[in-house]
Amino acid sequence: MTALLVPFHYPFMQRAAIAALAVGVLCSAMGTYVILRRLAFIGDGIAHASFAGIVIAYMRDANYYLGAAVVAVLTALGIGFVHRRGRISMDTSIGVLFTGAFALGVFLMSRQSNYAVDLQSFLFGDILAVQPNDLKIIVGLAALVAVALLVLYRGLLYTTFDPVVAQAGGIHAGVYEYVLLVLVALTVIIGLQSVGIVLVAALLVTPAAAAYQLTKRFAPMFALSMLFGAVSSLGGLYLSYYARGSSGATIVLVTTVLFFLALGLRSLRQSAARRTVHVSSPAASK
Amino acid sequence: MTPVVHARDLVVRYDDFVALDGATFDLNAGEALGVVGPNGSGKSTLLKTIAGLVARSSGELRVLGSEPRRVAMGSIAYVPQVESVDWSFPATVWDVVAMGRFPRLQFWHRFAAADRAATARALEAVKMRGLEHRPITELSGGQQQRVFVARALAQEPQLLLLDEPTTGVDATTERALRDVVRNLVRGGLPVIMATHDLDTVESWFDRLMVLDRRVLAIGNPRDVADSGAYASIREHTHTHGHLRIDHAPHEAHALHPEIHP
Repeated sequence: MTALLVPFHYPFMQRAAIAALAVGVLCSAMGTYVILRRLAFIGDGIAHASFAGIVIAYMRDANYYLGAAVVAVLTALGIGFVHRRGRISMDTSIGVLFTGAFALGVFLMSRQSNYAVDLQSFLFGDILAVQPNDLKIIVGLAALVAVALLVLYRGLLYTTFDPVVAQAGGIHAGVYEYVLLVLVALTVIIGLQSVGIVLVAALLVTPAAAAYQLTKRFAPMFALSMLFGAVSSLGGLYLSYYARGSSGATIVLVTTVLFFLALGLRSLRQSAARRTVHVSSPAASK
Repeated sequence: MTPVVHARDLVVRYDDFVALDGATFDLNAGEALGVVGPNGSGKSTLLKTIAGLVARSSGELRVLGSEPRRVAMGSIAYVPQVESVDWSFPATVWDVVAMGRFPRLQFWHRFAAADRAATARALEAVKMRGLEHRPITELSGGQQQRVFVARALAQEPQLLLLDEPTTGVDATTERALRDVVRNLVRGGLPVIMATHDLDTVESWFDRLMVLDRRVLAIGNPRDVADSGAYASIREHTHTHGHLRIDHAPHEAHALHPEIHP
């Protein structure tokens, strides 16, 4: 048993494990709303948009997290605004805003002569480089988003299922939409350092999509999604230690494997159910 | 007594399209008002405007004594057409009906025994007890409709708005829904319901409105049905394959829409 825990004897691996757990659980909890609102594209979009914030922070010698968070939140609010005012679908709004913000980041980066080393880790993530101060930010932000999810649970659930009727009942569906977008933006920022902006979208979608295969109720889906997020994050980190591969990529590969296992399990259950119906039907017994 | 809904010259536009043109009517407590009209006649727009989902362009509209968007939370229950939501959503019958209680609960309030009791009563009213734990993905169209009505009942509203709840349901479900609504109306709840079914209006409603973007007629269901106001627009739609766009509504009804017995 002790031998199995060898990777976690190192302080950097302990910090990485805590960060991975926080990111994995939070992304997958948020992911439940993301996929049920058909916003699978949003994580990718905000992650790319936040790149502009990182470049601006780099140019001004400011905190990268802060720069990324400001641009991510502004982009999220902009997506909601353009969606509502422009009467266009959320996906179209995401497409317009994120490409614009990402292009701004690329433009600003192209004017810098010495940028690559610092920005690479934010593009592809390096959870093993998480420092104690980074960990405090990650855990603090994760706790903030988790509390918001808990407090807003009923409103988020109702406006996700039926925003029109929720609005008629007096629940402000538009406000909940903006709040959800901001929470997604913060979640993406939290995931930046662990898996990077390229892969953070996967943790927002895949664990929740895997959970959706296995249950027809929201609360179990929420719980299963968080479990898959935790297993993927810790499992991916652990495997990456021995595989000597990128931890962010390994985490995403593990969650992808979990998704296909869930899909297979669902198919098996459906086949078994069909066989049961077939065997018990009068026509089959003749 | 102050009417529950008070509309005067109510106009709703979507950009350049006039969806509702000068609607004038009142709805009183304990009254069921039916709204009939062909597709695109403004029935859903009328309900959504009363529910505060669509802003009026001009005219006057008071709902429960307030502007529609300033009505107290949970006061208006709106039952949309069942296609309006994704029925593959991971939820059971109980989960959806219980959502009707959410407008009544503050952030920090737990879903208490009183909320569970209201949810159970609503399920009982639509004859869905025993199906609480069924995933909504497995419901028939009629059951979906009943779940929507139950959710509205769980809300314990002061005004109930129903958008074609009998479309696509069988005769048994239609009768069950009608009994539920009539019981609620007898208990004092005001109801406005859009429908296509002119044949059963007398058993559903105390008054009937014929809408073709304008109120063509309103009054006792039998008299309105006999007036020919609905038949004329139905005939036009059938003959020409579209709604009248630039017509003057039936002049007699347009000028004097209130039909008295």
